This record gives sequence, C-alpha cells and structure tokens, in this order.
Amino acid sequence: MKRTAAETAASHNRLSRRALLLGGAQLGFMGLLGLRMRYLQVDQADEFRLLAEENRINVRLIPPARGEIYDRNGVTIAANEPSYRITIVREDAGDVGEVIGRLSTLIELDDTALNRAMTEMKRSPPFLPVTVAERISWEEMSRVAVNAPALPGVTPEVGLSRVYPYGVDFAHVVGYVGPVSDYDLSKIEDPDQLLLIPRFQIGKVGLEAKREEKLRGKAGTKQVEVNAVGRVMRELDRREGQTGDDLQITVDQKLQSYIQARLGDESAAAVVMDCKTGEILAINSAPTFDPNLFVRGISVADYSTLTENDHRPLATKSVQGTYPPGSTYKMVVALAALEAGVIDSKTTYYCSGKLKVSNRDFHCWKRGGHGHMNLEGALRESCDVFFYECALEVGIEKITEMANRLGLGVKHGIPMSAVATGLTPTKGWKARNIDQDWVIGDTVNASIGQGFVLTSPLQLAVMTARLASGKAVEPQLLKSINGIDQTVPAEDVPDLDVNPNHLRMVRQAMFAVSNHRKGTAYSQRIIKDEVRLAGKTGTSQVRNITAAERRAGVIRNEDLPWERRDHGLFVNFAPYNDPRIAVAVVVEHGGGSKAATPIARDITLQALYDGDPPLDAYPSKDRNRIKSQQERLRLENPSLGSSGNDRA
Amino acid sequence: MSYLEYSVKSVPTGLRKILHMNWALVVLLITVACAGFLMLYSVAGGSYTPWAEAQMKRFIMGLVLMFGVAMVPIWFWRNVSGVLYAASLVLLILVEVMGTVQMGAQRWIDLGFMRLQPSELMKITLVMFLAAYYDWLPANRTSKPQWILLPILITLLPTYLVLQQPDLGTSLLLLMGGAIVIFLAGVHWAYFAAVITLAVGLVTAVFQSRGTGWQFLQDYQYRRIDTFLDPASDPLGAGYHITQSKIALGSGGWTGRGFMQGTQSRLNFLPEKHTDFIFTTLAEEFGFIGAISLLLLYALIIVFCVVSAIQNKDRFSSLMTMGIAGTFFLFFAVNMSMVMGLAPVVGVPLPLVSYGGSAMLVLMVAFGLVQSAHVHRPR
Repeated sequence: MKRTAAETAASHNRLSRRALLLGGAQLGFMGLLGLRMRYLQVDQADEFRLLAEENRINVRLIPPARGEIYDRNGVTIAANEPSYRITIVREDAGDVGEVIGRLSTLIELDDTALNRAMTEMKRSPPFLPVTVAERISWEEMSRVAVNAPALPGVTPEVGLSRVYPYGVDFAHVVGYVGPVSDYDLSKIEDPDQLLLIPRFQIGKVGLEAKREEKLRGKAGTKQVEVNAVGRVMRELDRREGQTGDDLQITVDQKLQSYIQARLGDESAAAVVMDCKTGEILAINSAPTFDPNLFVRGISVADYSTLTENDHRPLATKSVQGTYPPGSTYKMVVALAALEAGVIDSKTTYYCSGKLKVSNRDFHCWKRGGHGHMNLEGALRESCDVFFYECALEVGIEKITEMANRLGLGVKHGIPMSAVATGLTPTKGWKARNIDQDWVIGDTVNASIGQGFVLTSPLQLAVMTARLASGKAVEPQLLKSINGIDQTVPAEDVPDLDVNPNHLRMVRQAMFAVSNHRKGTAYSQRIIKDEVRLAGKTGTSQVRNITAAERRAGVIRNEDLPWERRDHGLFVNFAPYNDPRIAVAVVVEHGGGSKAATPIARDITLQALYDGDPPLDAYPSKDRNRIKSQQERLRLENPSLGSSGNDRA
Repeated sequence: MSYLEYSVKSVPTGLRKILHMNWALVVLLITVACAGFLMLYSVAGGSYTPWAEAQMKRFIMGLVLMFGVAMVPIWFWRNVSGVLYAASLVLLILVEVMGTVQMGAQRWIDLGFMRLQPSELMKITLVMFLAAYYDWLPANRTSKPQWILLPILITLLPTYLVLQQPDLGTSLLLLMGGAIVIFLAGVHWAYFAAVITLAVGLVTAVFQSRGTGWQFLQDYQYRRIDTFLDPASDPLGAGYHITQSKIALGSGGWTGRGFMQGTQSRLNFLPEKHTDFIFTTLAEEFGFIGAISLLLLYALIIVFCVVSAIQNKDRFSSLMTMGIAGTFFLFFAVNMSMVMGLAPVVGVPLPLVSYGGSAMLVLMVAFGLVQSAHVHRPR
C-alpha cells in the first residue's frame, strides 16, 4: 500500500521522538548504575575490602606438641610418638569404594573405623581429608606410600600421639589423655580454640588432667588463603605455637615400678614419701591398667573387664580410697593424750581383754588382755584398751584436732584425680551429717581408728612423715616445670606444732613395734642397724563382729569371703636414726596387718637402697624366700633394672 | 519511508558497502570484547584456556558473521523476518521436546559443532518480526486494538515457551524487547499504562499464589526473589551470590586490585565467575574506573545505535536498530543490576564479555543487522 509523504514523515517523527525518549531513559538508567557503582566501589570500598580479607584469609590452628612428663631422674613417663595414619580425600579419590578396596589389600583395615570414616566422609565436604586407618606401622605406611599412584586421594600422614612407656606403673598418677568430648567442653567456660579441633587429645584423669593447661601448650596459627568452599589455596603466614611445658614429677620410676610389681594383683595402695620435704617418691594403686589403651580408644570388652573387676583397677586407691586407719591411728591418740597431759611415758592402764563403757564391752584384739601397759608397750603390742582409756580421758575433739595436725582428714593438694579428704569425726560433724548425738562409744571406736574415722593412704604417709621428721611436710608431686624447680627445700618446711619430746616417745614406741621381740611387726623387721625401720601395724574391720560370732570364737579371716576380710595397714619410716622416707601401705581385705607389713618392709629397703637392697638386711630365715621373690619380680618386670649381683 | 519508496541505486554496492558501515560501532564492539578476553584470561588464573581462547575464536567468527550479515541488503532481512521468527519458535518448541537438560533447564539444542540456544535466537528474530510488522502496518492503525493484539501474541508466545524451560531472565528480556519495539512503533500511551497496571497486579498475584497448588513460578525462582529482597537472610545459601558479588565489587575501590590480582573472583567466592558474574571480576581488578569505563562503552554503543536509528528514514531499519539496541541494553542493564544487588539473580550474561557461545554469535549477527540497516539506509 502506498503512503503519503506526510504520513511517512509524521510516523518517522514520532519514531524519532520515542527513540530519543527511550535512548534517554536507557542512558538515565546507566547513570543510575554508575551511581550505584560509585556507592559500592568508592563510598563503601573500605567496608567491602575488610569483608573480602575475611573471605580470603582463614586462620587455622597448628596443634602444639604436648609437654612430656619425666620421673625425678629424667626417665620418660609420658611422651609423644609419631603416629602414622591414612587419610582419604573423597574428591581426589574418585571411586572411594574401589580405592579403599585396593588399600585393604595393602594394609589391614578395621571394619568399625572404616564404617566411621565412610559416614564421616558423607557428611563432610569432599575436599576434607578423612582418616581411614590410624596407628599403622611404619611398614604399612611405606607400603601405602610406594603404591601412591594407584591410590588417588590417599595420603599417609604423621601426627603425634601420647604414649606411656611405663603405662601400668603410672596409670593412676599420670592418668591418660583422650579425645575431647562434648562433656569436657561443657565444663569449660571459655574453651581454648584448640579444644574445638575434632578429636583433639586432652588429659582425662590424673596429672594429665590436673595440669592440662601447662601440658597443652599454645596453638600456633597459619593463615591460609581459602576459596569459598574452604579449600586451602596456599599458606600465607605461619606462626609456630608453643609446646606444652615438660613436667618432672617427684616419683622415682624404678621404685614405682617395683612397688607396682610387688603389689601385683592385690587390691592395695602404697605411698612412699621423703619425710623431710614431702616429695612423693612412689604412689601406687593396685591392680592397675594400661593407660595406653585409653589413648587409642579402649574397646568395650576391655573397658567392661576393668569396670567389672571387684578389685577396682580404675580407682586411685592411694589418694581416693579411704579406709579406717585401725591401729595406725593410735599414734594420734597417744600424742593427743600426751599433749593434754592425760598420760606420760610412765602412765599405765590395765588391759583385761575388754573395757566396759556405758554397759557395753569394748574388746581388745588380744582376748586374754595385755595386763599393765604403758605407752610404749601399748603401741608396740597395739593394746586397744590402753587407747580406749586415753580417748575417754582426752575426748574426741582433741584427738581429731591432733589428727588434722598430722595431716589426716585434710585434703592435700597434689595434682592427681579425686584426692579424698577422708574423715576425722567431731561431735559437730555427727550432728550435722548423721543427725545423731555423739555417744561415748563413738570416741572409743575412734581411738583405735575404727567407727567413723577414714583416711587415705596418702594421708597416712603424710602423718608418718610428720611423726618421723617433726616437720609439717606437705606432699609434693611436681618436681619441676620446664626445668624450673617447684619443690620446697627441706629447710623451708615449718616445724610441726607438736612437742618434740612426745614425738620422740612415739617414734621410740614405733621402733619397738618392729624391733622389740613382742612388737607386732617384729617378724618383718630389718636387721641392718643403719636402716632399721619403725612402724605401726593396723587392721581395720569392715564388719561388726557379732556377739554370737565372738562366743563361737573369732572366725579366721581366711575363712571369710574376700570382700568381708579385714583391711591390712602398715605405716613406717626409716632409717630410725635419721628418717628419710615414710611409707604407708594399705591392702584392702588383706586379712589383717600381716598382709601389709612385708610389703612395706620390701618397699622401704628398695627405696633406701635405690632398687638394690642387700639380702643381709633381712632376718636370716627370710633371705631365701626374699631372694627368689626378688628374682621373680625382676624376671617378670625388666623395667626394674639389673639385679644386685650384676653390679660391682 | 519504506525501502520500496527510495531508489536502491543510491545504496553502495559490492565491497564499497564495507566503507559505509558504522565503523565507530565496530570499534566499540571490538573494544568491549577485548575487555571480555582480558577478564576471561584473568579468571582462568592467567590462562588462555579454558575460556579466553575459545571466546576469541568465537568473537572472530562473530565478526565474520557480522560483516556477512551487513553485506546482505536490509530488505532481504525484512522479507525473511517472518520465516526466521517461525523457525525460532519451532526450535523453542523443539528444545521443549528433545532439548538436553542442562543446569536444571532445557535450553540447548546440540548441533554437534555448537550448542544452539533458541531463546537467544528468538531475542533477535522477535525484534525483527515486530519491526517488519510495524513497517507493514499503516501508521493510522498502530493504536487500533485489533492491530495491537497481534504483536502482543507474537511477543507472548515465545515468552511463555522460554518461561516453561524455565528461564525467567530470558523470558523477561523477550517481553521487554517486544515491548520496546511496540512502544517505538507509536502505540498509544494508554496501552502501556494499562499493561503496567496489569503487570503490577500480576506480580501481586505471583506472590499471593506462592505456596498454593497453582503457584506461577518454580520454587527456586521464588527463592531468588527472596534473596534479592534480603540477601543477608541466607548469606551462605541462596543469598550467597549477591553478597559475595557485592563484596568483590566493593573491594575494588577506585582503581581496583590490579589485573590478575582479584582475590574474590579467582578464589571461587563467586559463582559463575566466567559467565554471569564476570563483571565483578572486572570491577574488583580495575575498580570504579574500569567498571565505569565499560559502562561508558556500552552507553556509546547505545548512543551510536540510537543515532543510526534516528538518521535512518527506513521504518523497518529504524525500529529494528532500536529494538536490538534495546535488547542489548537490557542484557547489560539487568546483568549489572544483578551483580550490584539491584535486581534478583536471573541468569543474564554480560553481553560480549561473558563466556558463552550462542549468545555472542547471536549478538554479532544482531549487530550485523544493525550494520546492514546502516549501510542500506535511504540516502
């Protein structure tokens, strides 16, 4: 169709108008875009630059090496060893199933660990390494490394893991480490960033837990450039962390190992202490367990074996276990009575085998009675009636006060788990806790360390050390931190607030316990003059003897089921002339003090002769038995070192 | 004026046509494309592979195509515009039936040597066909309702098909491209007012229908709109793209971090760093100055097209040139708005800069048409 020129011109003009309008609008919008660009790139540039830095740089933690633990002579108790593990990066592996299949022909793969790795792999981003095998041997690791081309995405890695060379001997002292748990984290208010690393190892019990802060060290950091999905592109900056502090403990590994072997499978505890400084030379609890199992992740079977054992291997009996001290408490009563002026060295009481107190008979262990007894005789022969009489005169408050001064019923601050306070009862305590009035019978029971009195082996050792040295020693477990001495020198230890003459009288009586023909520990004496020991036996009942039983004659402990037998205790110090060490031994349900006394003597000689006691320190009739025992222990425990014969 | 009315003898012939091309436009296109090569080289970490080299080859192919198309008289293109539109429509239906599934959307037809995106083709053929329609339609009928219905159908049919793919970004571009040509043709204002009112109503309906059984858009499209409205609500999920792109852009500052020094884009903080989000790389590495320069280049391309359109007395040429310029404008305006957080992430490439096969070729063909209109204009 034909159009007129006017029409055409009109429509073209309109088109031009609208084209100009549209073009103008477009330019206007571009102006807006330009303004927006200016706003983002110029006005807000600083803010976005900051955001960009955060985007780009990611700070990663480098876990520090954990501090090591040494014994007093520098023997390694807890160390770090390289541990090899195999990780797989899903993204690089391609077909994970096939790669793992090939891997399993090279090394042994644990099914449960593998399943855990597979689920972990599904959850985490594909570029993160997932551990499929841990603690593999060097050979296995090199096998994997050699076959690397056939194993895409598989990397052998080296990390550090905790190892306890003398595992069983120090399990209760040093404890063990384990992966940090949600429960651990919930207890800490502001957790160290390190603890947020999955499976980071922290101290769980014992010294490892108590000195966690020192041992852990400080994390290093590395700044890495990451992309949006978190993959590390390159390392920008690296700041090394600080290794944990090395701790040296006062314990002597050789003595500790010996005692552990000597205690064997008995349910027992032993503490050896330097009586001038309070340094703990050995602190054992038996039976024991291998802490290395816990580091690796203990199996359910192993764990239930430990928990179901009625000898409670996991309990730290040396500090946690509290026992009625039995006759070892008689020194406390004696000192309280001496201080109160109730008795002196010449005061005698008559022992008829029992004492009637408010219509109730309190028996002496010796049914026929001891006859007239003074302090030395009563301690030596462990006459109960003498101390009943003393206690009735002195009263419970003074006895308890003396016990506390000697370190019983007091919580000693040593870095071990579950350190018990024990119990030294007072009238107030009974009213508060049992809601009953104190009766005179309670005092009588307490006078021979029965009834409410409870003490831990550590406390008994402290008491003995204080008796022996006359110093108010406090137990010490840490010798040095990073080489800086932590101990209190002997001359800085304050004197014990007890009359030295009274102490001398008690020490003398304790000497008689072991060295007088009538002493309760005479058969387990040391005959070498320069190392003679002075001690005190203790037997603490875990049940009441009924009147019917008493009439039928006392049942022999051996005839009772294990858990109803008496505890056996022995405390001693040695050498008598110049006391160096204090020893406390408790054998749970050992059937009486005779279970503890020989152990205490062996420990004493072992400690005094630095692991190599001469046979002539023993009474001649015992020497053959002791010799074979020593040989057997050395054979079973190579860590005890050479026998005396090998030494020149 | 229609080409039927002027003497074709005044039009240059043979290779002399090349001399009469709009050379300023050619230079501008080459400059923008070079900026694109640079950026693709940079996002690949300083490598010609995998993107820059392929893009260069395609651009050269595009240039050849442009010259080829420019040599063909514009009246030929006018005459075949209906056929081209129909062919594009058939291809669009074809991808619906047998297209390869890519990125959750059926958009490609694999031709063996290249993957053809019919929706790209449609952007041009739609504009051509509408221009031809209004060239044919007498001016006094332009605003008559029955003569408006047809162009609306012509526009809505491909828009609907592309929306079905689903590709919200392209379908919006088609709709707006069509609207631009209809507007330029001189349709009465009242219609646009009515349509805008209707659109507002439709948007309300789209949002109101969300969550009901007959919702208009896919869930992911709703989410994109959500994150556009409040990117901070989901910084690591759907809002991530916008937040990261703003960070990259903003950290550029006045002069940028320098070529190849951009950290955000090269470290994969940015999604689609070589396609839809390539502008952020440019803005990060060359700063405000670089970004505004690119915007100026684009503005100049629009200005040259508008000038060419107004100077051209041929109605089809004029409409088509403006339509193509409008589509081109929509491309970069939507893309830049998107990366600057002014529009939702809809998946529109930055023209001539983003890596992409058919988009680049189709654009070059479109500029070939613009050149043809310029060369064959009535004198």
